[in-house]
Amino acid sequence: MNSQLRQALASGEIENSPIIDEALDLSSFSSKELIDHLTSMIRIRQAEVKIAEMRRDAHIGGPVHLGAGQEAIAVGISAHLRKSDRVFSAHRSHAHLLALGSDVRKLFAELLGKSTGLTHGMGGSMHLWDQPNGFYGSVPIVAGTVPLAVGAGLAAKMQKTGDIAVAYFGDGAAEEGVVQESLNLASQLGIPILFVCENNFFSSHMHISQRQPIHSVARFADANNIENEVVDGNNLISVNAAAGRLISQSRKNNVPGFLEVVTFRHYGHVDWREDIDVGVNRSASEVEKWKSRDPINRLKSALIKSKTLSENDLANIYNSVDSEIKSAWNLAVSDPYPAEEDLLRSVYKEVRK
Amino acid sequence: MSEKNQMTDYGTAIRDAFAYLLKKYPEVFVIGQGLWSPWYVGNSMTKLDQEFGIDRIIDTPVSESACTGAAVGAALAGMKPIVVHPRMDFMLYAIDSVVNEAAKWSSMMGGQANAGVTIRAIINRGGEQGAQHSQALHAWFAHVPGLRVVMPSTVSDARDLLIASVLSGDPVMYIDDRWLYSLEENLGPVKELELHSQGPKVVRSGTDVTLAAAGYSTKMCLDAASELEKQGISAEVIDIRVLNPFNPELIAESVRKTGRLVAVDGGWETAGFAGEVIASVVERVSPELLKISPKRVTLPASPAPSSPALEDIYYPKTDDLVRLVLENLRS
Repeated sequence: MNSQLRQALASGEIENSPIIDEALDLSSFSSKELIDHLTSMIRIRQAEVKIAEMRRDAHIGGPVHLGAGQEAIAVGISAHLRKSDRVFSAHRSHAHLLALGSDVRKLFAELLGKSTGLTHGMGGSMHLWDQPNGFYGSVPIVAGTVPLAVGAGLAAKMQKTGDIAVAYFGDGAAEEGVVQESLNLASQLGIPILFVCENNFFSSHMHISQRQPIHSVARFADANNIENEVVDGNNLISVNAAAGRLISQSRKNNVPGFLEVVTFRHYGHVDWREDIDVGVNRSASEVEKWKSRDPINRLKSALIKSKTLSENDLANIYNSVDSEIKSAWNLAVSDPYPAEEDLLRSVYKEVRK
Repeated sequence: MSEKNQMTDYGTAIRDAFAYLLKKYPEVFVIGQGLWSPWYVGNSMTKLDQEFGIDRIIDTPVSESACTGAAVGAALAGMKPIVVHPRMDFMLYAIDSVVNEAAKWSSMMGGQANAGVTIRAIINRGGEQGAQHSQALHAWFAHVPGLRVVMPSTVSDARDLLIASVLSGDPVMYIDDRWLYSLEENLGPVKELELHSQGPKVVRSGTDVTLAAAGYSTKMCLDAASELEKQGISAEVIDIRVLNPFNPELIAESVRKTGRLVAVDGGWETAGFAGEVIASVVERVSPELLKISPKRVTLPASPAPSSPALEDIYYPKTDDLVRLVLENLRS
């Protein structure tokens, strides 16, 4: 299935491939695991929807890059991570962060520029940090954190902790030279890191067919002799299984792994719009088609079909998530802004002995 | 480490700093190109790979950008890495990791994480190497809040400021100059200085004119001051040492006394560091205390030439500086 998907993706035939519409095979997971994963995905989705609405209504002043539709990736991968691992991300990072168990209220507070935010109101949506949960940081310079993750993995190897680094990036970042350098370096130095390329076909407004001659980014892993898999990123089960395989090899053997996940973002590049009417190659029918492959709905239906979950259980999950989101937002709104002196407070670290 | 009463040269002093750090701090490692070569970085890292192992002295693929980024990431994960760029010109590929990531990390993450990485960039010019084996780009980096920029002009600073940079916990550009490698000094014991309390120093006292510079230009100022003394002129020389964050107070104080300022810099004039020195002083010193308009000595506004005939006139020399001071004092 891996190779079929890879081929279909590389040749630009993915839309016609039945592989990305396959039913989920739940057989190797416990009910509890599956329900936890579903809950985590719903929590991320509801947070993103809330953020989209609040941005649309101008309660949030700065740009937000939303990952609704891509939740299965971060949730599937994070299932294999521990708090001491080192996760780096980019502009579209809310899902990566929340899947590690980060506090929604602190995320909301950060988007509002409040001092209680994840980066104390200094970063906003595009510069997030929650190292106690393993989230070392995200920045919007495309591919900016990819070499940083390599270094954090190198540190783990030197510190002999058995931790790994994770570098989340998109198909657009794969066009940056530093990604090639990073893959080569990680392979050559034997660094425990998982490179995760979320291939959602679009870099800002440009479709991958307008940017790359071959549409599967995993070819760069092949070129650098890095073990890699290409999976349906909207299938939680596939992502979880592939991530598990690659991560355990990385931990055990100090080697890099590369996971390309095929997915689609429901919102446009930035903010709440769908970007179907701004002259980009992204049509309403394409968005609708991909929404029918919604990773949450696919897991939900499989769980209900297998009677792992009842409609009532599902309603309870939504109620509890929605009330968490609502209260997180209300608290964040009433939180204070940074003080004037915070502007210069953290430019340098005052040296302590 | 140098013995008592034994002279140490600038390159060896840098090597002493590496050895001191690698011995005392297990989280220190060095990454960059040419580190397993006997000649890439003069005598400043000789056989460190043999002494401390190739796992801690990492010679790398030709990837300035990824290697610098990896050092930044390792710093965020608790290490104290030193990246070595044997020529500053070649590190321009790495600017994102330095300027966008390392320099801003502490501020944009609310002070919860610091990229304590030292980036050693070497100015290596002359010898008909031309435009891309010559640049001194310290002024660029001094422009960026969050970076510390250090230029040692003495043998003891070459050692102690490197140690201070690595221990500071902040991202530091440590810029040394191959033209200084033959300087010698009788070194005292290693000092672990706090970098944030270091700044400009008076390295020669005088009363008639203030010469302010950093790195190799400081040496040129000291040589000029000796020459000027023979002509009855007392020049005060201030070694800037730390260009960012820049504290110009000491220079201003000196100019209040001498009434004359010449800023000497190994970079270009426009938006360069000599201009920064003059502006900072002029802002602080009352106009009536200035006996002449401040002057600056910098490179001509062209890339470095390779022809010996042009190279000879490209880099300012001690004599040029002496002549400039004499002309201005007599006018």
